[in-house]
Amino acid sequence: MNEHTVTGLPAAEEERLSRQTDEGAQEMQRAQREMILTGGLWPEDDQTMIVNMGPQHPSTHGVLRVMMELDGENVLRVKPVIGYLHTGMEKTGEELTYVQGGTNVTRMDYLAPLSNETVFALAVERLLDLELPPRATWIRMMLCEISRLESHLLFQATNGMDIGALSMMIYGWREREEVLRYKEYVTGLRMNHNFIRPGGVAADMPDGWEQATLDLCDTVERGMRDYEDLLSENPIWLERLVGVGPITTEQALALGVSGPILRSTGFPWDLRKAQPYLAYDQVDFDVIYTQNGDCYDRYLIRLYEIRESLKIIRQCVERMPAGDYRVQDAKITPPPRARIDESMEALIHHFKLFTEGFRVPPGETYVAIESPRGEIGCYLVSDSTGKPVRLHIRGPSFYNLQSMDAMVEGSLVADAVAIISSIDPVMGEVDR
Amino acid sequence: MPDDATPREEIHKDNAHPAPTEQAAAAGVSPAAASEAMEEVAAIVEKFPGTVFHSSHGQPVVYLDRAVWHDVAVFLRDEQEFTQCLDVTVVDHLADEVRLTVDGVTPERFEVVANLLSHPRNRRIRAICEVPVDDPTVASVTDLYPGANFGEREAYDMFGVTFEGHPDLTRILMPDDWVGYPLRKDDAPGRVPVAFKGDPSPR
Repeated sequence: MNEHTVTGLPAAEEERLSRQTDEGAQEMQRAQREMILTGGLWPEDDQTMIVNMGPQHPSTHGVLRVMMELDGENVLRVKPVIGYLHTGMEKTGEELTYVQGGTNVTRMDYLAPLSNETVFALAVERLLDLELPPRATWIRMMLCEISRLESHLLFQATNGMDIGALSMMIYGWREREEVLRYKEYVTGLRMNHNFIRPGGVAADMPDGWEQATLDLCDTVERGMRDYEDLLSENPIWLERLVGVGPITTEQALALGVSGPILRSTGFPWDLRKAQPYLAYDQVDFDVIYTQNGDCYDRYLIRLYEIRESLKIIRQCVERMPAGDYRVQDAKITPPPRARIDESMEALIHHFKLFTEGFRVPPGETYVAIESPRGEIGCYLVSDSTGKPVRLHIRGPSFYNLQSMDAMVEGSLVADAVAIISSIDPVMGEVDR
Repeated sequence: MPDDATPREEIHKDNAHPAPTEQAAAAGVSPAAASEAMEEVAAIVEKFPGTVFHSSHGQPVVYLDRAVWHDVAVFLRDEQEFTQCLDVTVVDHLADEVRLTVDGVTPERFEVVANLLSHPRNRRIRAICEVPVDDPTVASVTDLYPGANFGEREAYDMFGVTFEGHPDLTRILMPDDWVGYPLRKDDAPGRVPVAFKGDPSPR
């Protein structure tokens, strides 16, 4: 990369630039990339300027601060500075029992709360060696995909907003509202559900949920047609995104990137296929991946992943197994409310579960699932008490943010906004 | 819960403990993959004396001497195709009631835990180094896996474990002038005085 004898750009970059329709922009980008790659035109230190973008800048998705070193309008280096939303959730997790833990982790990635609950519940169940009834697994799988819908819809909305497609913002929020309404109908809350718990889910699906779910899928699909009509072929959108912020597979792997950003580089890695959890090996869906690794690809991947998620959700509705939605183990699952009035045993169990929780055998485990942003992992250490010794969440955005420097170098400040948006960081999960 | 029964027996009195391959199947790893993963770990154990292999719920875990951690990382990346370092974190075992001990490992207060993933082979491995509290240093792997940068910074910020060779070992989540290491067990929650009362919070 840093040879001083580079003449012209690598073939992949040339090909990417040739997709730019605007000749002037193409020339400018080529000149910038050449400057970066040859390393010969780095300005003197006193000619660069450090600009802090954020933490309150509207397009940094919350409280991300980006230190940029600028040469005029060109970005030479960026450094993301995080911690402005640090909530101490891992410390809190050591104070809470396993029963209460779900309420804590669900607040981390607040755009896909059910993914966090799933990974925490799976980790606790791995330590307990619990066998889940199939219906619980399928409900979890469906809700994980609902979370993916919600998160990707919000990505479409905010990505459009950052780049200036304000209609897109309205559209994205419109469909997301329907998803949140559906989640309220199922779990009782629009966010922070604590619905997926160790040992199953909190409640069975409500009556008539099949039709409601299919209606939601149809609504989102109708909305997606709007997004595609509005953006996918839109010349301004293409100008702003095609060839901006490219990243290669090697860079992405080295920087610990996972999820849609890794798949956009032409690397079809999806934990749902590679290391199936829940029941993803029993449903039919495709892994979406593209070749160029630029912002436009990251937009497209998330757009089509919505479609794949809809496919999975429809299969879940069709094939939802009957049976119990949680483990019938009195030591893990609280008794039904009606039993508490009748049975002393149930009352004692209920009291014990909600005061000190259940005890987990000593051990440690790491469970990873595919969240909308990449691999979310839960590292859990137990010491036989009712509270974890260590609850560590490997947040995908936390590691994905490291790729920002590789993407932004040599682009313009306005492109940096598009790139930050395409990384789709959620600061709640980055800072925890 | 009666006092004379251990919690584990209490929970598992009805179901026998599954074999490692069954656990691997439950975890979504095929038994063949699980046994192959064990072979890889055996290769590591052969090459680096002093490593101890442990199967934790069907997942291969190696306990390493921290002196060889960097060499092991080089070996894993270059010869075993472990393409990504997913996560670096620390565990503080100061206040454990029952600590899971592995034969041949001298338990120390801190454990530095690194999760690695091999995309071509579709394997995971977890490397754990025991780090004593009076000399909390371990080699950094940022030169091999640049993606470990943030993870190691977070571990330093939260536990005070120093990673030698890290390019930018500064606080990442806490303010730069913060005193103490928040996730250590002896750093109690609620130590920050409430600004308008001067009292520590009750928790």
